Amino acid sequence: MLYTLLIYGDPSAAPDYESPEGQAEMQHWMSYTQELAESGQMKAGEALHPGQTATTVRVRDGETLHTDGPFAETKEMLGGFYLIDVPDLDAALAWASKMPNIDYGSVEVRPVVSFEQ
Amino acid sequence: MSADASTLALERAVREDGPSVLATLIRHLGGDFTLAEDALQDAYAVAVVAWPRDGVPAVPAAWLQTAARRKAIDRLRRSNGLSERVRTLEAIAARDGSALTPSPHDLLVNESSALTDDRLRLIFTCCHPALALPGRVALTVRSLGGLTTAQTARAFLVSEAAVHQRLLRAKQKIAAAGIPYRVPPDELLPERLKGVLGVVYLIFTEGHTASEGQELSRPDLCAEAIRLGRLLARLMPDDAETLGLLALMLLGDARRAARVGPLGESIDLAGQDRTRWDARRIEEGLVALDGAVRLRRPGPYQLQAAIAAVHARAPSVAETPWAEVAALYAELHRREPTPVVAVNLAVAAGFAEHPAAGLALLDRLGEEPTLRRYVPLHAARAEMLRRTGDLRGADIAYARAIECSANDVQRADLSARRSAASSEI
Repeated sequence: MLYTLLIYGDPSAAPDYESPEGQAEMQHWMSYTQELAESGQMKAGEALHPGQTATTVRVRDGETLHTDGPFAETKEMLGGFYLIDVPDLDAALAWASKMPNIDYGSVEVRPVVSFEQ
Repeated sequence: MSADASTLALERAVREDGPSVLATLIRHLGGDFTLAEDALQDAYAVAVVAWPRDGVPAVPAAWLQTAARRKAIDRLRRSNGLSERVRTLEAIAARDGSALTPSPHDLLVNESSALTDDRLRLIFTCCHPALALPGRVALTVRSLGGLTTAQTARAFLVSEAAVHQRLLRAKQKIAAAGIPYRVPPDELLPERLKGVLGVVYLIFTEGHTASEGQELSRPDLCAEAIRLGRLLARLMPDDAETLGLLALMLLGDARRAARVGPLGESIDLAGQDRTRWDARRIEEGLVALDGAVRLRRPGPYQLQAAIAAVHARAPSVAETPWAEVAALYAELHRREPTPVVAVNLAVAAGFAEHPAAGLALLDRLGEEPTLRRYVPLHAARAEMLRRTGDLRGADIAYARAIECSANDVQRADLSARRSAASSEI
């Protein structure tokens, strides 16, 4: 089954990239991604720029509206995602619980809709 | 065969065999709860007509399994496009033989470990941590206990629509999110089993001390939890905490008749007529606890059961070895430093040593924000103040306990104690 692992976190809670902790976490992200890729279960995975770079688009009454910022202003922002193909939810939850930022962030595990029966 | 006899036989089969038939059927259907439940209902409908006419089958479970499987094939055929599952089922059905009679194969399966595994699969899936807790509870009671949706609703004092909604949401999530229908692998087993035991104990405590409403206990829920506890103990005989939980529930339930007075008022341990304790429940509980202790892997349920066992063996409150109770609570508190356990430890220390010792512990606990409205703490403080002779202090503590309680029976009981204490002033 396909699942997305949506990675949320409060950017202010993350260690500074320049600090030793930040560098260690970076290493951790790379090794996590490598492990996932080598398992053959990773279909995609990207890190996203922070929420303030986001543009939210709506069309209302034929008019296109652009808003600066993410869809929802929350402390915990979507920071990236993985798309994985694993046998069941337990396997997806296991990958989620190993996410490098899991100690201060959260991972939302969402099954992907399959349109084939 | 009279219609009455076959009706009774079917009712018994629904209650006793239904959950295991369902458990196996879900596996054959690749984890499809809804289809399995529908097919089993179809099979019951066939039985209502067939059993009075043809006689009650020798092995009702095997008959229901076979009939439900056929009904599932019919339903899959009607919905088309699911040919792979139809083929799987037809392969199984081919082994059944042509008539709706139990084949030697089914008789064999009935006694084999396959059935055991299916029921464990069902338990672990119903109690999966990815499901919301009310959904886990409803699904467990409904699928394994064999309570109807209406009975489940009555037991938990919620509307039938609410239970229906919880069940629906849980089953949808199991299907859409890919919750596996299996006994968890070794690395997940300890954590998941803890979750299963937690759900069963929640069902018991909800029945034992109804958290709201007019009755102090709902015995149907207690009986259901004990039935599940016995089933788990039979399926996992080498797990000490599973046996410990069963012992704890049996020893607690043994006091049920003595806990409520003639007017529905609650009676605490000190005031209970111990001759009204259920000796058979106590015996079964002590046997389960012995079995647990022999496995030499102590845990919180076993410790709580051991405390209940000390009370069960003691002829009266005065003759209770309170130092032993306090030591068990201290060990429990070391493993589970919850405020609730701390209150019980303080009470036991108050009996084992001097009320003042318990009171000092309680006063310190009372400063915890989460315990400001905790009824047992205020009730225990009131009792202990009364024993030290501080009747005015006791009166204030009783008033506080009454104010915090949402259970009518408990409030009435506290009010009675308060009046008794204030008459001593």
